[in-house]
Amino acid sequence: MSKLEKFLRGRFAAAVVAVLVGFAISAIVLAAAGYNPIGSFAALFNGAFGRPKYIANVIIKATPILLTGVSVAFAFKTGLFNIGAEGQYILGTTLATIVGVKLNLPMPLQVPIVLASGIIGGAALGAFVGWLKAHFGIHEVITSIMCNWIAFYLCNFVVMSDAFHKPNSTSALQVNGSSYTMILGNWKKSPDGKAFLKGIPWLREIVAKTDLNYGFIIAVIVAILISVVLTRTKLGYELRAVGFNRDAARFSGISVERNIVLSMLIAGAISGLAGALTITGISPHTITLLAAMESYGFNGMSVAFIAACSPLGCIPASILFASLIYGGMSVQQVMGAPSDIINIMIGTIVFFTALPGVTPMLADMVAKKRKEQESIKVSKDGTPLPEKEV
Amino acid sequence: MLDAKMTRRTFAATMGAGALAALAGCGGGGAEGGDADAAEGNVKIEMVTDTGGVNDQSFNQLAWAGMKQLEADNGWEVSYIESKQDADYATNLDKAYDDGANLIWGIGFAMAEAVNNAAEQNDDVQFALIDGTNDNGAENLTGVLFKAQEPSFAVGYIAARASKSGKVGFVGGMSSETIQQFEYGFYAGIEYANKEQGTSVTYQGQYAESFGDAAKGKSIAQKMIKDGCDVLYHAAGGTGVGMLEACNDAGVWSIGVDQDQAVLFPDYTTIITSALKKVDEAVVSVSNGIIDGSIAGGDNIILGAAEDAIGIAPTHDVLDTINPDLYNEALEVIEKIKSGDIVVPDTKDALDEYIASL
Repeated sequence: MSKLEKFLRGRFAAAVVAVLVGFAISAIVLAAAGYNPIGSFAALFNGAFGRPKYIANVIIKATPILLTGVSVAFAFKTGLFNIGAEGQYILGTTLATIVGVKLNLPMPLQVPIVLASGIIGGAALGAFVGWLKAHFGIHEVITSIMCNWIAFYLCNFVVMSDAFHKPNSTSALQVNGSSYTMILGNWKKSPDGKAFLKGIPWLREIVAKTDLNYGFIIAVIVAILISVVLTRTKLGYELRAVGFNRDAARFSGISVERNIVLSMLIAGAISGLAGALTITGISPHTITLLAAMESYGFNGMSVAFIAACSPLGCIPASILFASLIYGGMSVQQVMGAPSDIINIMIGTIVFFTALPGVTPMLADMVAKKRKEQESIKVSKDGTPLPEKEV
Repeated sequence: MLDAKMTRRTFAATMGAGALAALAGCGGGGAEGGDADAAEGNVKIEMVTDTGGVNDQSFNQLAWAGMKQLEADNGWEVSYIESKQDADYATNLDKAYDDGANLIWGIGFAMAEAVNNAAEQNDDVQFALIDGTNDNGAENLTGVLFKAQEPSFAVGYIAARASKSGKVGFVGGMSSETIQQFEYGFYAGIEYANKEQGTSVTYQGQYAESFGDAAKGKSIAQKMIKDGCDVLYHAAGGTGVGMLEACNDAGVWSIGVDQDQAVLFPDYTTIITSALKKVDEAVVSVSNGIIDGSIAGGDNIILGAAEDAIGIAPTHDVLDTINPDLYNEALEVIEKIKSGDIVVPDTKDALDEYIASL
């Protein structure tokens, strides 16, 4: 097998091919709309990685979608389709805001409690969906879409409620400062901090000019943890067994109902954590009145599928996705091209990653061509060629 | 075998060339960005939209129209960045700053806090804000507000004159001081017409607590229509579009807001007029003022009839079918506001006082 063929049969290939095809199709769309594709991609790349603080912003943007991506990927590995990551995320932001506004403890207590409340919010919504599936057989896609809207309007209700609404604004009150998880949090705004950062321009840029926070580190840890749980623990084995074949799992003594609820609970908890980290990590540190879904959960689905539902794969996939979203805004700014082009690119990428047959087909083509060439060679010098040299 | 190797090499070479091209393109892009710097005397202004986006058929779109006019009139470089989520406001403002803009506009009241923060952080660039105030006294920030009560007064006058049932309604987006200005101006206009015409038109208002919920706007409007209202006015963005639709379905007159919504929604044939906030003209005049130095920054500018920044929609075909003189009479009302003969109330207390004084 040639290296190319091997690569095409690997897990990574589908993502790479999809990304390349996505770029190619966007280039065609850009050219057709009268924008220079090379210039646009340059603007995209520059806008996402051109300065240290842009990279920091990409990481900030990647944090929630990495977690919702892991949430979707985890549920998918256990045979469930968590389309409700959006609602779990929203409920996570809502509960984190409620607790963060009402509670003002010292930071080492406050941050874990605020994060935990977001996790509980997401987990509760996820578990509810799992329970409906396990005990009444209602498909999780239907119930979790409904739960998305329940969370959405609950969030708007909280924003507008007397206890939380910030007067003359579209948002709720900000959580207390002790809940913040930015790197160097309040210190970077103090006179001491400002003086110190002035001496180190790059650090000043990424820390003082952005809301760089600990969220991404937490998200990466969660991705690794979920990967370990899925592949190396009894719990993960049971969850996956239920996903692969429910009847076989039941026959071997695994409680199917318990595992469905547990799987959705964990998936919900991860999305809820994503919401809580958004509240603690980035301004405005509160929830705002939503006019439409903000797509954190849906982008997470795209991340999960680009990553072929591997929790670890979600890490690069979320960075890719975040750089497209964030860098895409520069395409608009520099080239004047509508940001919809970026959405077309993202759509194309997701579309092609969702076609698992494409890259093996390419591998087959490569293999066929190789065999043809080999047969020519063999007929010429009369000896078969060792596989490894090809 | 050789062929296979070649293929692989060609493949690698193609990939490499592609990567190089991308890198080269990148360098080029960076250099271009540098060239367009303010240092060369080329004025560059940028705007950041709120989550409505640049085609929101409301203030973002109008602001962009104003920017394009500045580009045409003054040869300035203009561009915009759309915000998709609330979390984008700060980063987008920062990107506009990095791009070397001389003046950065934040559009919409939802962006107020982000723009105030950005102005404080970057004190070497001018910022301006539509529908929001300079809260912390930053010297490089100009808040641009509209006396929304004034065009609302004019359309309130029209509503009262056009109503046959003697009942009119108001649908608000969110109960905030900004939107209440529309409501109180509207009521004051109705009372003014009542006094002038000797009628007793009554009004009711309801807030949808959302700017994006057309279904809710529609259901509120349907309830008002059931209650007998036959002219409805809104200050509710996308929610108000639902109201316009409900009025069209029921054959009841409606009044648009911000832009000439009769032109915007040609399918809705019962829109008699719209209360205009001329965001485009405000962007043009304030930008000119800031760039030429006549507006120093650090203050809030409140624009109204006196500055010709408000008005009613020029389209009045439908209105003419009700009463051919009404359009011109409404313009006269605006003239009276302009001259100061009418001072339109913008708070509950001022409204009560105004009604008492009639």
